[in-house]
Amino acid sequence: MNEQVIEKIEKMGKHKKKETIRSSIVLKVYRANRLAGESGHYDSIEVPVQRWTTVLDALLHAKSYKDPSIGIRFSCRMASCGSCGMKINGIPRLACYTKVSELEGSTVTVEPLANFPHIRDLVTDFAQFFSHHRDMQPYIKNDQADIEDKARLSEFLQSPEDLDKFLQFSYCIKCGLCYSACPTVATDIKFPGPQALSQAYRYFIDNRDMAEKERMNMVDDRHGIWRCHFAGSCSSVCPKGVDPALGIQLLRGHMLGFSKNEKKIADLQERLRKD
Amino acid sequence: MTMLRESQIMKIHYITGIAALFVVAIHIMMRLIMPYNMSLEYENVIANYHNLPYVVLLESILVLIAIHGFNGLRVILLELRQSKAWEDGVTILTIAAMMAVVAYGTRTIIFANGLGFE
Repeated sequence: MNEQVIEKIEKMGKHKKKETIRSSIVLKVYRANRLAGESGHYDSIEVPVQRWTTVLDALLHAKSYKDPSIGIRFSCRMASCGSCGMKINGIPRLACYTKVSELEGSTVTVEPLANFPHIRDLVTDFAQFFSHHRDMQPYIKNDQADIEDKARLSEFLQSPEDLDKFLQFSYCIKCGLCYSACPTVATDIKFPGPQALSQAYRYFIDNRDMAEKERMNMVDDRHGIWRCHFAGSCSSVCPKGVDPALGIQLLRGHMLGFSKNEKKIADLQERLRKD
Repeated sequence: MTMLRESQIMKIHYITGIAALFVVAIHIMMRLIMPYNMSLEYENVIANYHNLPYVVLLESILVLIAIHGFNGLRVILLELRQSKAWEDGVTILTIAAMMAVVAYGTRTIIFANGLGFE
């Protein structure tokens, strides 16, 4: 058993990405102010880097010492807030979660996220993205819970198995990387996108939620869940391992009736266990 | 302008796709019961149309592939533009085209079979 574990760890070590140590890199930053009618161009800025320097660190260095006018959105610097999403060398990533040493070449190209309306430099408009998220009603709807009547207020018990069904999907930080990588969103503006659909599944599968049919109706639309081509790019760019493509496929399975009675069976099992 | 929910349409899409695989497989296998060239000779083709189970098979291929194919086309076209007029237009056009293809194909099968015309 131990040998197998050691073998696995050794294999993981072999597949680990090579780190390239450099003393400086050239940041190629996309610059444009759409509101002012400016056309896009790239500014090349040389930035000193250490082994642990992230792309966000490099950008903030450039902003502090070279060009304070660079437009960038960031906050937590620890992949929790999802503010610093951008295309780094063509791939949607979080700038605070991408070390320069992980990237190939001595030039790092940073561009605004695709599929979002552009505002300025690396800043994009998230209004439509959040609107799709809001459409899914991302909160528990339960008529049996009367939060006004404190005397009747009780907790909703959940088993670890119930929690496991949605836990992975609740790690979403709404960074928009999946939305930016989605080929369907690129062509269909009405498509809710992987983030909203995986959140629909997150609440749909939560046994405390009672708005099952309502949520089904929301995504069962001409431009809804069925327009996903299952390219899987959303899952490959997700920095939190949410796997939105899995959520979409599971929800589709429910809609096709593969696991229609899963909740009812789970309730029955729970009741039998109690009896 | 929705008679069916998208999930119901997609269920039909998947079922017709899987069913078409089977009937087309039988259709291809029927070409192999004799030398391929011979199976496509005029007499043999007409003989196929006079064989009732084979006629049912041909009609089901026609219907299944028309439904699956035209719904696939509708799905592709829906992604091109997003407006109610375009979406309704695409839906009506693809349904009309599907019905026209099925009607024309059925007419060919009936004529080749000689049903009611002999």
